[in-house]
Formats: sequence, C-alpha cells, structure tokens
Amino acid sequence: MAQRAVSIIAALVVAGAVIVPVAAVLWRGGGVTTLSAADWAALRFTVWQAFWSAAISVGLAVPVARALSRRGFWGRSVLISVMGAPFILPVIVVILGLLAVFGGNGIVNLILGQFGLPKMDIYGAHGVILAHVFFNLPLAVRLILQGWLSIPSERFRVAASLGAPLFWLLEWPMLKRIVPGAFAVIFVICLGSFAVALTLGGGPRATTVELAIYQAFKFDFDLAKAASLAVVQLVLGGVAGLAALALARGDMLGSGFDRVVQRWDGSPLLDGLWIALAATFLLLPLAAIVLAGIPGLFDLPPSIWPATVRSILIALAAVFLTIALALPLATRSGEAASLLGISVSGLVLGTGLFLLLQPIVQPQHVALPVTLLVNVLMSLPFVLRILRPGIEGAKADFGRLGQSIGLKGWALWRIVYLPRLGRPMGFAAGLTAALAMGDLGVITLFSRPGEGTLPLVMYQLMGAYQMEAADGAALLLLSLSLGLFWIFDKGGRAHSDP
Amino acid sequence: MGCFGSLTKGDAPILTLEKLTFGQGDFSLSADLTLSHGQVTAIIGPSGAGKSTLLHGIAGFVPQIAGRLLWQGVEITQFTPEQRPVSMLFQDNNLFPHLTVLQNVALALTPKLRPSSDVVERVEDVLSQVSLSGLSKRKPAELSGGQQSRVALARALLQDRPIMLMDEPFSALGPALKREMLRLSISLAAQRTLVMVTHDPTDAVEIAHEVIGVANGSASRPMETPKFMANPPEPFGDYFGNSITSQ
Repeated sequence: MAQRAVSIIAALVVAGAVIVPVAAVLWRGGGVTTLSAADWAALRFTVWQAFWSAAISVGLAVPVARALSRRGFWGRSVLISVMGAPFILPVIVVILGLLAVFGGNGIVNLILGQFGLPKMDIYGAHGVILAHVFFNLPLAVRLILQGWLSIPSERFRVAASLGAPLFWLLEWPMLKRIVPGAFAVIFVICLGSFAVALTLGGGPRATTVELAIYQAFKFDFDLAKAASLAVVQLVLGGVAGLAALALARGDMLGSGFDRVVQRWDGSPLLDGLWIALAATFLLLPLAAIVLAGIPGLFDLPPSIWPATVRSILIALAAVFLTIALALPLATRSGEAASLLGISVSGLVLGTGLFLLLQPIVQPQHVALPVTLLVNVLMSLPFVLRILRPGIEGAKADFGRLGQSIGLKGWALWRIVYLPRLGRPMGFAAGLTAALAMGDLGVITLFSRPGEGTLPLVMYQLMGAYQMEAADGAALLLLSLSLGLFWIFDKGGRAHSDP
Repeated sequence: MGCFGSLTKGDAPILTLEKLTFGQGDFSLSADLTLSHGQVTAIIGPSGAGKSTLLHGIAGFVPQIAGRLLWQGVEITQFTPEQRPVSMLFQDNNLFPHLTVLQNVALALTPKLRPSSDVVERVEDVLSQVSLSGLSKRKPAELSGGQQSRVALARALLQDRPIMLMDEPFSALGPALKREMLRLSISLAAQRTLVMVTHDPTDAVEIAHEVIGVANGSASRPMETPKFMANPPEPFGDYFGNSITSQ
C-alpha cells in the first residue's frame, strides 16, 4: 500500500503546484473586474487569431494528409518524422527561421521585389498566424493522417471495386470524427500563445492575453492588472481545454505511419504538389537557421555560455523531476490531475508564483527554480500520455507474475516495470528536455540581467538587433534541443528489449 | 522457500475452499470443495466458465467475496499472493523477456538480479532437471516455445511451494510437446499437489487423479477421473459430447 501513498502524494503535489498559484491569482485579481478597452481588444485578438490559426492549419492539413496517406515515395517516413519536430523546436528559434524566409530581407520579399511587387510585413496579426500555422500544421497533418490510416485498406478495395464515391463513403465520416478534435487542440494551443505574440505581435492590434499579462508586469508593474488578466486567460484556457478534451481523439504523438494506403484515385501530380509545398514551408525556415547560424557561431557574446549551462541544467533537472512524478502518477486519476497543468498557461502560473513568493523572497532570486517548476508541470501531461500505456501494459502482462514470485514495491519497479519502459521513457525524457531547453515563457517575468537562460539571452540579442549573434545562438539552441532529444530517445531505444 | 511446514502424506486435505465465492466485475464463481495432498487435479469445463477464475482465486489474484480458504486447517483468505503456499504457471507471459534465463529462475529465491553463487548453483541444478543445462545466459526470445515452458517450470519448482497451479501454460505448444511437458511437470513436482486447468479431456484422462468440473459459475467437488469420465455430471455430458466415451 506504500505505492498507493506515493501516488496520492505525487498527485497532491502536482495539483497543489497548479492550484495554489491559481488561487493566488484569483485572490489578487478576482476582485478587479474592470477590463480596459485594451484588455478587451487583447481578448478578442486572442480568440480571433486562435480561430484562424486552427482553421488554416486544419484546412491545409487535409489535402497534405491525404496525399501522404496514399503516396509512397523516397523520404516519406523521414518527412513524417520531421513533422513531429516542430513540437520540440524552441519557439524563438523558429521565429528567427520564419524571419529569414518571410521577414523584411527574407527570401519571399526578395522574390516579390524581383517582380516589382510590394513587400510583405511579417510583424502583426498575420505574422502571428503564420507562425502558429508553422507549428500546428504538422500536428494537424499527423492527427488527420492517423485518421486516414485507420480506415482498413479492404474498405478502399471494396469501394474501388464498386466504383463508389470514396470521399463520401469513407473519408468524410473519418474527417467528421477527427477534424473537430484536431481543430480544438490547435485552438487551445494558440490561445496560450506567448513567445510568438511577444516577438511577432504586439501593439493594439496583435496582443494576446498572455502578452498583455507580460506587459502589465514588465512595463507597468501592475500586479493587480496582471492578476485580473490571468483570470481571463484561466477561464478562456479552461473552457476551451475542456472542450478540446471532449473532442480530441487519437494520440498526438502516435507512431505507426509506415503504411501507405493503396488507392486508385486522385492525381499523383496534385498530391506531389501538396507534399512539396508543405515540406518547403516546414523545411525552408529550418534550413535558413542552419545557414544563417554558422557564421554567427563565431560571434557569440561570452554571456551565452553561462546561459547555455543554466538551460542544460534546467533541462536535465526537468527530465529527472518530471519522470519521478510521472511514474507514480501513471493512472487514470493521476493523468487527470496532471491535465490541470495544461489548461493553465505558463504565464498564469508564473503570475501566481510571483504573487506568492513576493512577500517571502525577491522573486527574481528564484527565477530558475520557478522556470523549472513550470516546465515540469507543462511537460507532465505529455509525459504521462506517453508512459501510461507502457506502464499499464507491463502491469497487465507481468504484474501477477511479479506478485506470484514475491516481488513488490521498488523491486517490482526495478526488475519488472522499468526495464519494459525503455522506449517510452527515453522518448518522454527527450521531449521534456527539449521543451525545457527551448522554453521562453515564465523566465521573461522573473529574470535578472546576467541570469537568463539561452532562449532569453537569444531573445535579448534579437531585441538589441545583434542579428548575427542571435542567429548563432539560434543554431546553438536548436542543436542542443534536438541533441538532448536525440540522446535521450536513443538511450531509451538502446535499453529496451524487443 | 520451505516455510510452509511439514506435510502429511496420503489423502490428508491440503486446501479447503469452504462455501467460497470469487468475484470480479459481474462474474462470480462459487466452490465448496477440498483438495487432497499429493494429488493431480484437472479443472475442466467450457471456455468462459471460470476455470481460470478458480485458479487465480486460489492464487490470490481474484477478490474473494464469501467463504473461507484454508490451507491445512489454517485460514489464508487474507494472505497476499506471495504469502500463499502456491506457485503458479500462467497461460502466457511466464518469463520476463528482458531478463536472462538465470535471472528469471533466480527470482524464485531472491529479488537480486546478480544472485550469489549458491543461488546460481541451485538455479543451474534445477535447469539441468528440466534439461536446459548451459542455456542460463540466454534470453527468452532466444529459446524455443518448449524451452521457455521448461524455464517457467524450473522457476515454479525452485519456488518449492506445496501446491503448483497451472493455467494451461503449455497450450501454445503442439499436442505431443504439451503432453511431454505435462508428464515432466508431474514427475518433477513429486510430492507437490498439482492443480491444472485444461480444456482437453484426454489430458485429464491421461494424467489427473481427480477432476473438478466448472460450469455455470460453480465448481464441482473433485471426482476420481474414471468416475467423472464414465458418468459426467449434468452439464458436462453435453460439453464432452462423445469425445471421451468413444476412446
């Protein structure tokens, strides 16, 4: 029964770590009900951009996923794997890549200039949506591709032999089932957008609620206003999060995309065009980061190195803490407790923690522990989603056998369960490390000069228009995020038996 | 582990299920019967009738909702699975695929993955009894199905519990190999009491002293095999059809 006690304690710790800061926010901000015109504008913009980001991502994902589902080609599995990458890419790095392609002196504007067309400006509402589509199009493609691959190939054969309309018979019912959930998940993700809005948005017409919280903090140091905005974000995220939970199907990180459905319809040319467009849109910014970053690597300011060490330490500590909490929480109720963290945004948690800590310590002194805590809470739901099936499978297959030969408690975990979990543990650890490494969120509220993380230092370089150094830092951060993910994932695979 | 005291031989009752009901979800199985020491008992009945439930209930994996379970007169209803005087061979997943044969078998004696030399010696000894000498460094995936069964049997033997429960552990093997493994189990189990589930009545005829029939959520009292087969109680006549009487 000791195990049960550990599970309950872990659940209470996680729930408390979310609920206490939220309570602080409600206590401080709940009384302030008057939202200014600017706050209302932020609320409207948040919902508006999330709607269009989700609609465009899903709308483009449908033809791309269909093309991928029925065309086998060289590099297909690599491309589908790469589509899992935006999830672990540091937001700030992607922004720099998008600037290189769509920015003032980017590739797109060079081409437009050649034809004497007016330049496009990436800053503002459409830039925010563009970045959100970059992050979420791959997610939507993977979710919808799963839907397509879940249709048994026999049905396509039967339909083909009957000459029946494939779309209405097979595809439309699947899309009706999958698309609302994909839309809702992306909508929720975009509601909590901070780093994208911070870098590409701003001003009265492109400020999200999260960004407004940050501005209330940073520029006005108006804690009451920050708290009341945090209440707005809390309600917004909570309601939409519940809706998404009800609608979402399929698992976002799923695998098993190797199959190609054999079909006898559609134009290979058109499918190829969709795949090429999506691949270009996703790969060009990444290629731009690598190309632009190489010269910058020799131009990095010395402050980069301590920031790099801090970020790596946070990433490793986040991995350790998240896995340690996830193992006892890998039950249905544990996963529900962890979902609290995902419905509350990082800045809301940060605001709450700031309010709580302010009377006790100088909040800036605990910037790194707070960043670590928020990262652990944010990663936990994903990690549980990855680990739970493995743990439940190991328990179902070997739990009774373990008991019948007298293994219990830690020995049962050490000898039986943990060795069965190599693969999912490696993947979960890699994901946590990469997310923590690249996080530019709550650290912006707390940091002191000279104590930032790598993403923050990179953001400051951008703010100071030291673009070459920022490009170098972006390449460094990208390599570290992907490298950490790769090492953990690889390590997990190496330690797993078939 | 030798902690279950000395055994009396002969027809002494070893396990008594006293007006007992095991239940899981909305399925329940009742039994009111006694097993004698040193006997081989077969549990037979149609699939889904509750054969496995009876075995898993005795092993402590299925909640007991009524009655008493007695081992040599001592109530063991509240005992956890590893405290009960039973070792168990499951239908599948009897071996941990990530551990070697040596580690799998040694777990009967110690939770250490690097067992001491005297444990290794005892493991090698029992492995030679099941004709697996020299394979202790292998992992289950490198063994044939029959060899995997022998490893599981070796561990159950090394656990040295007075009662050995077998939930059709050899059902994935071919008929000849299955029969061979059953014979080997019985000969090595020696003085132990053996309770095995089977859905093949000929197995029961070949090797079991007694038969328990399970049907409609209840288990019959054990009957001597020839008697049971010659004149099956009501529900089993239909179940067997003429598969026995024609032999």
